[in-house]
Amino acid sequence: MAIFLDKRARVICQGITGSAGLFHSKACRDYGTKMMGGVTPGKGGAEIEGFKVFDTVGEAVEKTGANTTMIFVPALFAADAILEAAAAGIQLIVCITEGIPANDMARVRAVLRYRHPDVRLIGPNCPGIITPGVAKVGIMPGYIHKPGKIGIVSRSGTLTYEAVWQVTQLKLGQSTCIGIGGDPIVGTSHLDTLEAFNADKDTQGVIMIGEIGGTAEEEAAQYVKKHMKKPVAAFIAGATAPPGKRMGHAGAIVSGGKGTAKEKIAALEAAGIVVAESPGEIGSALAAALKGKGRKGKLAPGSGTKKKKKA
Amino acid sequence: MKLHEYQAKEIFAKYGLPVTPGAVVKHLSEVDEALKRFPNAPWVVKAQIHAGGRGKAGGVKLAKDEVELRNKASDILGMTLVSPQTGPQGKLVKKIFITPAMDYAKELYVSVVLDRGRQCPVILASSEGGTEIEDLAAHKPQAIQKVYVDPILGLEPYQARQLHLNLGLSRDKINQGARIFQDLVRMFLELDLSLVEVNPLVVLKDGDIHCLDAKVAFEDNGLARHKEYASWRDPDEEDARELAAAGHGLSYISLDGNIGCLANGAGLAMATADAIQHFGGSPANFLDVGGSATAKAVTQAFKIILSDTRVKAILVNIFGGIMKCDVIAQGIIEAAKEVGLSLPLVIRLEGTNVEQGKKMLSQSTLHYQFASSMDEAAKSVVRAVQG
Repeated sequence: MAIFLDKRARVICQGITGSAGLFHSKACRDYGTKMMGGVTPGKGGAEIEGFKVFDTVGEAVEKTGANTTMIFVPALFAADAILEAAAAGIQLIVCITEGIPANDMARVRAVLRYRHPDVRLIGPNCPGIITPGVAKVGIMPGYIHKPGKIGIVSRSGTLTYEAVWQVTQLKLGQSTCIGIGGDPIVGTSHLDTLEAFNADKDTQGVIMIGEIGGTAEEEAAQYVKKHMKKPVAAFIAGATAPPGKRMGHAGAIVSGGKGTAKEKIAALEAAGIVVAESPGEIGSALAAALKGKGRKGKLAPGSGTKKKKKA
Repeated sequence: MKLHEYQAKEIFAKYGLPVTPGAVVKHLSEVDEALKRFPNAPWVVKAQIHAGGRGKAGGVKLAKDEVELRNKASDILGMTLVSPQTGPQGKLVKKIFITPAMDYAKELYVSVVLDRGRQCPVILASSEGGTEIEDLAAHKPQAIQKVYVDPILGLEPYQARQLHLNLGLSRDKINQGARIFQDLVRMFLELDLSLVEVNPLVVLKDGDIHCLDAKVAFEDNGLARHKEYASWRDPDEEDARELAAAGHGLSYISLDGNIGCLANGAGLAMATADAIQHFGGSPANFLDVGGSATAKAVTQAFKIILSDTRVKAILVNIFGGIMKCDVIAQGIIEAAKEVGLSLPLVIRLEGTNVEQGKKMLSQSTLHYQFASSMDEAAKSVVRAVQG
């Protein structure tokens, strides 16, 4: 098992006739993902590199049985693409697109809450999701991942690859890796992902990579403190970020003195999470967490596992 | 993108919000023209810079007659204003706004921002206006009213009326107040703003509610939809290197140190700057060449880093994914040649085609030090600077 993405995924790409959409659809297919085709309004009926193209998501779902979509539609049209997918009955929407206006995402999240509460949206502005050895729906390089027991969740792209790499160096693999996206409003939070990893019997430990801005990491820390049965290691990027500046990601900003790396690290450590002091130590922080560091005496009753004994 | 007060007031007026018009003055010679348009004393002279806290810093002055107006205009225009939001170096005032002074009885605060946790806009309002909201939030959070807004419906009239009453405003003006709150939210949603702030919102002597100040910031992603405002950006208010980088699709933020760094992807770029600091160095910048960086982007990135004369060494940290390491290596070699790089250079490459990338670097004439991990790279570059 894994979380959110498994072998049942039948995937289409919205924006498949664009260069990025096509390139990554091919890469996903090469990885073993069941790519069923794609959608570009006005280009239905065409076939491109072996992918069938449809005019609407509804038609693609009807003809191919798709249940998952990967969105590469340009920023100002992406909100519509997400809503179209949800309306057509797609269950997992992975939105790669960067640069979607925040108010568009606020409206999308409201509509999903009202009309499609069971649809899972990952992103936007994210690398996507991969369950190694099973399927990838996203832009991450597949080959750096190895099937295994560590769940990874991150707001970033390349920094996630860095973490995956360090985990692979430890001869551990990954159950599922998710980039939740660097925007202020995203569909899936750190917290949602931790809940799912907690319930996934194949995940034995989790790496959470956060960054400055917002309070998503603090909320995740509260959850870990109260409910998490598995060891968690973390890194927070942006300790050097000056206040009021967007550090590349629209969501990575310290505003009104809130959302600093220092605050987040303190909240994570208070929850028994092992926080890597430098990005090069993410792997060793995980190794320490797996050995039981960090959670000293903080295990919830009944959650006893091998890490109860201190080293 | 932040706007100046005079620009924000132009938008406020379009939305039917009660603001006092005024004249923008860039040279003292233009004061006469302002006087012609607004002949009646008294006036307020207000420095037009993006940072807040102008009043306390001496950038907002009342002028009771013409002589005083000319004196205050001359004082403020060209002064370097230092407020808590400008940083210690302050901000040179290049424009002032001259506007008729209003007599008011009460000051309030209102703003609209995005609430990330609830994923919707929120109105923050207080009957204790005039002061900085951060101070109020820190010392008297209970004095701030919060109204969450459905992003599809906007601020509903009943919510607006309730807010009016909660702020202790007069029942006679309930529809006027509610209208103002609704218009502020409508503006926030329609223009894809990241901030609308009125501080202070005032009750005039005759009881009318009036926007004495106006602050607007566009959300950068939303600006693509409102191109008519793109030219409202004031380059004097932005860091020249940040603007140049944005023009090449790079994301650059100036920091205080002497180690230039570049990485691909925002998270990795932040982490790279963090690692330098963790090992005792000080990063000169944050620079993200994009998750799928090209050789050309890397060349531009080098040029921007080297235009900062504080930089004493450079760290390149690339995790090749879709973008292959050999392509990046080629970019680094070309960039170094083109800019005539002579500073110590530490390179860390990992990911797709890393062996080819390493080989190309070692066969080139480039002087550099290779690091096999992020920590090693950060340590090496810190050592290079410390000599």
